[in-house]
Amino acid sequence: MELTAYFLSLKPLNLLAALPGNVVQGIIWGIMALGVFITFRLLDFPDLTVDGTFAAGGAVTVVLILAGMPAPLALAIATVVGLFGGLVTGLLHTLFGIPNILAGILTQISFWSVNLLILNGANKAVNVDKYYLIVSLRNVSSSIVTMLIFAAVLVSILYWYFGTELGSAIRATGNNPQMVKAQGINIDFMKVLALCLSNCLVAFSGGLMSQFQGFADIKMGQGAIVIGLAAVIIGEVMCDALMGKYRNFYFRLTFVVLGGIIYYFVIGLVIWLKMPTDLLKFFTASVVAVFLAIPYLRSKAKNSFASAGKRRVQKNA
Amino acid sequence: MLRLENIHKTFNIDSINEKKALHGIDLRLAEGDFVTVVGGNGAGKSTMLNAIAGIWPIDKGFVSIDGINVTALPEHKRAQYIGRVFQDPMMGTAASMSIEENLAIALRRGEKRTLRWYITKAERERYYMELKKLGLGLEERLTVKVGLLSGGQRQALTLLMATLKKPRLLLLDEHAAALDPATATTVLGLTNNIVSENKLTVLMITHNMTEAIRHGNRLLMMDAGKIILDISGEEKKELKIADLLRRFKESSGVQMETDSVLLS
Repeated sequence: MELTAYFLSLKPLNLLAALPGNVVQGIIWGIMALGVFITFRLLDFPDLTVDGTFAAGGAVTVVLILAGMPAPLALAIATVVGLFGGLVTGLLHTLFGIPNILAGILTQISFWSVNLLILNGANKAVNVDKYYLIVSLRNVSSSIVTMLIFAAVLVSILYWYFGTELGSAIRATGNNPQMVKAQGINIDFMKVLALCLSNCLVAFSGGLMSQFQGFADIKMGQGAIVIGLAAVIIGEVMCDALMGKYRNFYFRLTFVVLGGIIYYFVIGLVIWLKMPTDLLKFFTASVVAVFLAIPYLRSKAKNSFASAGKRRVQKNA
Repeated sequence: MLRLENIHKTFNIDSINEKKALHGIDLRLAEGDFVTVVGGNGAGKSTMLNAIAGIWPIDKGFVSIDGINVTALPEHKRAQYIGRVFQDPMMGTAASMSIEENLAIALRRGEKRTLRWYITKAERERYYMELKKLGLGLEERLTVKVGLLSGGQRQALTLLMATLKKPRLLLLDEHAAALDPATATTVLGLTNNIVSENKLTVLMITHNMTEAIRHGNRLLMMDAGKIILDISGEEKKELKIADLLRRFKESSGVQMETDSVLLS
């Protein structure tokens, strides 16, 4: 009886109504995930700075808009703040020899204080009725169009960039730093460059998120790295499944953004199912852990001691 | 064109693991020299090559190439003069990038990386021709990921990458040692072709005395961080393994363990 009551209380129309908003948020997270893709996949550098730079992007954008600056300019400055975050992590790692994960954590933690200073408190609202905002919850349909254009342009720029001499030097650095040095490339420079680029995208996305939701919050970047990874991984699994051997770099980038949309759609579904939202982060982390484990377990299953032992037994039998 | 003067290098200074790796290396290479280097394990062969390539700073002495003192330059800055092939076939190429992407990175060795597209049509045609010369069929697989190639194919590709932009000096660190005998012969044959075609100056470490005698115009033998034998010209042409063993004993005062030199 209770179950029936539960299912009756779910309103399919609500799910549909929430969909456009989820798509916008999904694309915003997808852009953030492009940043994570650059460090995690191309540079092989698990950069945890992003939790800090995402919130910083949001905080700077909102505070500057409130101070009377046009939203596009505020967003541009927020992006530069992201670049600065990547630069700090990059220098901590390359100049001072701090391990990559720790360098990111140090920058991330210090951004918590920086963001509190910028916001002059824990959060700050910006009213779409008073200020021009690029995207807003109040105007979801135009926000979708804007975000689709942003995503398409960014994917194209990244595709071009990583096809240039500089971009392929970054990709090679993530792949085989030894070879890259022997070819006369300064790997430290490439790492810093990629970290800056990545955190630009992350802060840009944070600035869009704060406009869309109408406020910046000190906690808005918490777990951003995990959400970014979820989008990257969901995108990769889908890209492999749908594109197969036609998988190229352009599709890989596009599917990272799609991964963000799907992630947010699933989150919307979970909320709609009235599951306790406190569990969302646990759920996200589980998704990432499972999808990171699958390729490893798969290759292990094909090539394990246990199966090698079994083959022998079968032969003898 | 290469000059090493009184080079010293000690690892783990002031610790229990202190190891004097290079102990006063003096060497001059002339343009077009093809020098083979032999010696037992720990003799300092690879360390000498690493000192030239600039993997770490040396403790004492200096390295100059074409009269330019490069002692203070790090590895990536010396790369404009030096092409390198490593013992490990995995080390010289980027596995998740295609053959042409790897070649494109190597063609720009020592040059500033810009926002130009990584490859041009003319370059692609050149890669096709150069790969064809290797005779391994790689020219038809330009867009294949290097990770899918065999060790021998990767080593041949690394050799091409090291010489695509003509280096002033080619350093080969036992580059055929990890390959099966047939593939090793192929790679060494390719090495000879490329070196003579481009008139390169080469330092080649090998663990195989026969190879060391057969290749090149000059032979160095190292022991305990020093060059103990330097044979060139007619003397090198007449050289036999037995001569090498005898000369080693005369120079170092100890009987060489034949196996360790032949097999290590």
